[in-house]
Amino acid sequence: MSKKNINFPCDRDVVSSLKAGDQIQLTGFLYMARDAAHKKMLEEYEVNGKFPFDIKNQGIYYAGPAPAAPGKIIGPVGPTTSMRMDTFTPMLLDMGLSLMIGKGNRSSEVKNSIVKNSCVYMAATGGAAALISRCIKKQEIIAYKELGAEALRKIYIEDFPAIVIIDSNGNDFYEIGKAKYRKMEIKNA
Amino acid sequence: MKIINTNLIKDAVEKMCIDSCCDISDDVLETYINALTNEESEQGRGILEQLMQNAQIASSEGIPACQDTGMTVIFVDIGNEVQLTGEPIGNAINSGVRNGYKKGYLRKSVVNHPLDRINTKDNTPAVIHYDFIEGDTIKISVMPKGFGSENMSTLAMLKPSEGINGVIDFVVKTIDNAGPNACPPLFVGVGIGGTAEKAMIIAKKSLLRKPGKRSNVSSDALLEIDILKKANELGIGPAGLGGNTTVFDVFVESFPTHIAGLPVAVNICCHSLRHREIIL
Repeated sequence: MSKKNINFPCDRDVVSSLKAGDQIQLTGFLYMARDAAHKKMLEEYEVNGKFPFDIKNQGIYYAGPAPAAPGKIIGPVGPTTSMRMDTFTPMLLDMGLSLMIGKGNRSSEVKNSIVKNSCVYMAATGGAAALISRCIKKQEIIAYKELGAEALRKIYIEDFPAIVIIDSNGNDFYEIGKAKYRKMEIKNA
Repeated sequence: MKIINTNLIKDAVEKMCIDSCCDISDDVLETYINALTNEESEQGRGILEQLMQNAQIASSEGIPACQDTGMTVIFVDIGNEVQLTGEPIGNAINSGVRNGYKKGYLRKSVVNHPLDRINTKDNTPAVIHYDFIEGDTIKISVMPKGFGSENMSTLAMLKPSEGINGVIDFVVKTIDNAGPNACPPLFVGVGIGGTAEKAMIIAKKSLLRKPGKRSNVSSDALLEIDILKKANELGIGPAGLGGNTTVFDVFVESFPTHIAGLPVAVNICCHSLRHREIIL
């Protein structure tokens, strides 16, 4: 299966042209934040209207690294479960965020907001943290240092492997993939 | 009577914390290799290959395979002919965790209070389960438990009349709901019987088994095979991208229970099944 190389940040029409199931290799800049940093960013924004970075057309990787061993740029850092960010996400997408990378299902509110704002949700492989950390060539903490592993970081990545899960039309590759291989039906309780 | 200084326990726990996080065990790697030949989905096979490559990088560089190096769950089986000397065993275990997480560059993921949420910065306290057995040995098992999978665990207090089909339905639904969140292909620990907390503890302890190791109780072993077959018809697949490898293995443990109850606990573990054991 061929992989699409994307330089990021990129124009919104590139983001909206991606399709659920596309395998991507990303190069460029992303921010890295988990739920604790999301909560702080939005609390501060509500108080003083300021956001720690210009969010328009940017991307967030949902992750918090292990400590870097000596000589390493960053410790192992695979994706965390995205649903913990769901309550914060629609507001960030309205503010201009165009890409999220994590793992796992998103809420229907997030899906609707992805379609409304022409965004994309990708997954990286959960548990492949040592492998993924090799794609991170630069990193700096830009806010909330006190959160440790959960601080807000800016990272530069090269050939970061991801797969499009929810595209700008609302197609969900978790549903598509599961349906293709499903051999049973479950009655809902 | 055998005398064991708890310093030995501290050092063993330190080493097991690091080893379990950095070295995916050979039996788990074999599971990946076997799954590669059975997995129908090309993307699913790609994920399995990534996991193998990831494990190789982690072990050769001595870094954790996953950034979520977990909350440390420890099972201690103490023989009745063992006398412990030195600092209290709980302190020794927590010192071992503290040292291991520092020296191994493991992520400190524990917060002091579930609502205050201040990081304890050394991954303590560990969750420790003590059991008392016959003999002059002490067995310590260390399981760093990541919360991507822990969060998808469930407990049901079924009616006895719901029986085996009720158990199977509940476990399979839990796996279906866990979907891509819990880092499939999963290892699934199932505890049936006892009380609410007993069911969950035996479900967790079952995750110390080796892949492919069936229960000694023949009916539980059959239940394992049945759940495994059904779970792999769900279609979730590696990383949730679709495929016929959703669950690597199912471990069932059972315990006598009350006439009015049928507790079922499902403790979900990711594809890495991290744990280490030592007998002193």
